Amino acid sequence: MTRNLTCIVCPRGCEMTVLLDENKKFLSAEGNACPRGLSYAESECTAPVRSLASTVLTESGKLLPVKSASPIPKGKLFDAMREIRVALAPDTLCVGDVVLADLAGTGVALVATANAADL
Amino acid sequence: MKSTVDLLIIGGGPAGMSAAVAAYDAGVRDILILERDAHLGGILQQCIHGGFGLHRFGEELTGPEYAGRYAAMVKEREIPYLCNTMVMHLDENRRVTAMNEEYGLFTIDARAVILAMGCRERPKGALGIAGTRPAGIFTAGTAQKYVNMKGYMPGREVVILGSGDIGLIMARRMTLEGATVKAVCELLPYSGGLARNIEQCLNDFDIPLYLSHTVTEIHGKERVTGVTVAAVDENRRPKSETARFIPCDTLLLSCGLIPENELTKEAGVPLDRVTGGAIVDQNRETAVAGIFSCGNVLHVHDLVDYVSEEAALAGNSAARYLRGESEKKIAVGLKTDGRVRYTVPTHVTEAKDVTVYFRVSDVFRDARVEVRLGDEVLLSRKKLKLAPGEMETVTLKKEWLDKADGKELSFAIVTA
Repeated sequence: MTRNLTCIVCPRGCEMTVLLDENKKFLSAEGNACPRGLSYAESECTAPVRSLASTVLTESGKLLPVKSASPIPKGKLFDAMREIRVALAPDTLCVGDVVLADLAGTGVALVATANAADL
Repeated sequence: MKSTVDLLIIGGGPAGMSAAVAAYDAGVRDILILERDAHLGGILQQCIHGGFGLHRFGEELTGPEYAGRYAAMVKEREIPYLCNTMVMHLDENRRVTAMNEEYGLFTIDARAVILAMGCRERPKGALGIAGTRPAGIFTAGTAQKYVNMKGYMPGREVVILGSGDIGLIMARRMTLEGATVKAVCELLPYSGGLARNIEQCLNDFDIPLYLSHTVTEIHGKERVTGVTVAAVDENRRPKSETARFIPCDTLLLSCGLIPENELTKEAGVPLDRVTGGAIVDQNRETAVAGIFSCGNVLHVHDLVDYVSEEAALAGNSAARYLRGESEKKIAVGLKTDGRVRYTVPTHVTEAKDVTVYFRVSDVFRDARVEVRLGDEVLLSRKKLKLAPGEMETVTLKKEWLDKADGKELSFAIVTA
């Protein structure tokens, strides 16, 4: 069986056709302009992941932009948002500093994307 | 406050910062950036999502990270900048009138000016939607500022008109923050947003995208209570038999961006009717000597990476201008066929390899981009897909420009 995918790795947005076996296991893909598209297709058909960006309140009451240090399982996005909503970040954090070490049990850290002092 | 400066840059967003860094690295030392916001960074500060910087830095960054890298480059070089400073007027002699709390109203005479004011969103007043004007109608970018920088949710049940990237990004963002996005309506038969954003911002959350649909009426007295949505025919006129009511408390508008060129007009710089930005040559110099333009104030870009690239070109050009090196050697006009909506630059004055940016008017599949000099086809490049949402580029070769001196090169999209 086949599945149509739009690659989300870069702004080019390649339209791919993915070949799956009878157990919906990834076999091959075409339409991708680069190797990153291929690994996206395999991941998307096996265990889809997404990057997450949001904001965390700082101790002085400002909003610190944050992101997951790497993509997390798609099904964990709302669990992660629940943790992000109640988190509090020190005003000393800089870009790349860890805000939450293990986002929703994914093992992925939540990191600052701005310096809290510059907000 | 000093009264003269070699290079004055209006706007401290991605374009202004990149232009400043490039000009500094090309030897200009007397630079001043004027920024109306409290920080450098421009609109990137509220674009907390990822997807920036793949071309420029070879990695995926969020808006604040991308802005932070350029702000660091500005600070490393100790390039002076004034925040919370509003430029009130610019004249054709490059005299800038500005104001802030510290200096009050002041004027600066600049030997060169780079316009980097960016763009703004098309507001509801420009859309002509019938009905009442209750609270709960926002442009997508305003909603983005509320959610990402102020910590306010504009509403709980949302309909979005227009499928530009900011609208798509906000559909995801508000969903993650607990709102229900009921529909995204797009007047055109295709989305102006990136395919990846349709996928990861709408499809991921089962948000329906209705193409060839528009909002025909806004309901509610104090607060939005709903909108009437209808399909449109091929002339973009609503088909009344398809009208249906969608209850919601918020309407977000993502209906296009307009370069912010009030100052440009005051300086007597002629604008291009299609882009709404200045008419410029390959150096991004306008028709007024010493005034350059770059980034979204010149033409709306799809990716910030290209804004930085263009602004660096403008910064380098301003440095050359200040050294007295700008020479006009040739005159080549760039003409479009309508399918190519516009080109930046609009004309070329030097015989060297020149990259031309353009956008197309419609979605074209299996098409060719052609550049012609009279009947002679200089370039014919195959394209599987061309879409209005994406900027395209073509590089004109020096020898073509030599040959075209005094004439026009025409840009066309050819389909089978």
